[in-house]
Amino acid sequence: MQFSSRQFANVAVAEVAGRIDHAGAAAFEQSLSPLLARSGTGKGSVVLDFSGVEYISSVGLRVLMIAAKEMKGHGARIILAAPQPVVAEILAISRFDRVLEMAPTVRRALEWLSASALAAYDAGAGSAGTP
Amino acid sequence: MKGIRFWGTRGSLPATLTAEAVRQKIVAALAGASGRVFATRRELNEYVDGLGFAVSGTYGGHTSCVELVTRGSEYVLCDLGSGLLPFGQAALARHGAASPQTYHIFVSHMHWDHIMGLPFFKPAYLPGNRVCFYGGHPELEAALRRQQDTPSFPADFSSLRADIEFTCLEPGRRYDIAGMAVTAMRQRHPGDSFGFRFESDGRSVVYTTDSEHRLEDPAQTAAFVEFFRDADVVIFDAMYSLAETTSAKADWGHSSNIVGVELCQLAGVRQLCMFHHEPTNDDETISRVLADTRRLEEITRGAAPLRITAAYDGMEIAL
Repeated sequence: MQFSSRQFANVAVAEVAGRIDHAGAAAFEQSLSPLLARSGTGKGSVVLDFSGVEYISSVGLRVLMIAAKEMKGHGARIILAAPQPVVAEILAISRFDRVLEMAPTVRRALEWLSASALAAYDAGAGSAGTP
Repeated sequence: MKGIRFWGTRGSLPATLTAEAVRQKIVAALAGASGRVFATRRELNEYVDGLGFAVSGTYGGHTSCVELVTRGSEYVLCDLGSGLLPFGQAALARHGAASPQTYHIFVSHMHWDHIMGLPFFKPAYLPGNRVCFYGGHPELEAALRRQQDTPSFPADFSSLRADIEFTCLEPGRRYDIAGMAVTAMRQRHPGDSFGFRFESDGRSVVYTTDSEHRLEDPAQTAAFVEFFRDADVVIFDAMYSLAETTSAKADWGHSSNIVGVELCQLAGVRQLCMFHHEPTNDDETISRVLADTRRLEEITRGAAPLRITAAYDGMEIAL
């Protein structure tokens, strides 16, 4: 599992890649935690770019659910963007597509979240986030 | 062990098939047959078989009761849900009231849907029969007595004239019962529940219902993988979706199809039989979950395929 993030105005965009299986879920949770910790600061919303994720297990999905609950508690949002077809199927079979916000692309997710973040994204003006 | 026979497969509460649901099945079958001619009974049966189980059949509505069909003369059951009623009727029809039989009954826990069939189990009222209860809860006998006390039921526990025995099983210890090796395992459920692994004649079946499997704990996952290891069939509580078990229904003590597939794949199980169906799910919904689960198995398949089935009242699995 690989994880890196960049900050666009008030939204963090995290690129996730690889397999979020039983072994990778703990690393995924650990990588997400700094973004969750900031979710109450006004720079909290997160877009997860899932275009590089090949598989996600029940443990990985549980991490997503806990993250979404925590973000919601802070008045922030987490949107899962651009899942591959197989991952989209897993999200549908688990019914996570009914409880998680999902977007077809990262750009569309930013449209929903913040005009300033979208402008920064389009201008390529992101700042480095957590590795 | 020769096979498995399901007498009750619902969770929580019995579910009835309504007149409207039957009507919808008939309408769907007739609509599909429009303009067709069936020259023989065989052609008609083939047409019905092709309709799909949600139209041609029903998953049924009795609560948990599963028979393990052994090569011996003694009966072995898991749980005392309302499915115990038709089982008792079938046993009496087969043997008559004057032919004493022995029934070994493993009780996962004492929630009502798992014990409600006992007051209606006629063989337990007949002198000469032997009914042996097994479970992990020391309170099992008290719970079964209590449900027949006034004002819950008109015939109290002393009305049961069969020879009745209770054995409290120690989790992890192997017992030899009715020609089978039996092991119990404590499970996550309000008040605890116990799963049972049965082995005989080179076959193994795991009955694991009312268990909330959370795979984020590696030690617990490893323990259940060993409990399931290489089983021919795992009868698994797949009552809710994974999304439900991680949100609104977390800590309710039940599992999902997704976790069932993952555990069975890790353990090299041959067949996952989804069980303890949500009582508000209709036949179409359960069939859709079954199709989804088969697709999940397909896209996550490792070295060997895992067969996926959904239990229904009356279903038999040959071992």
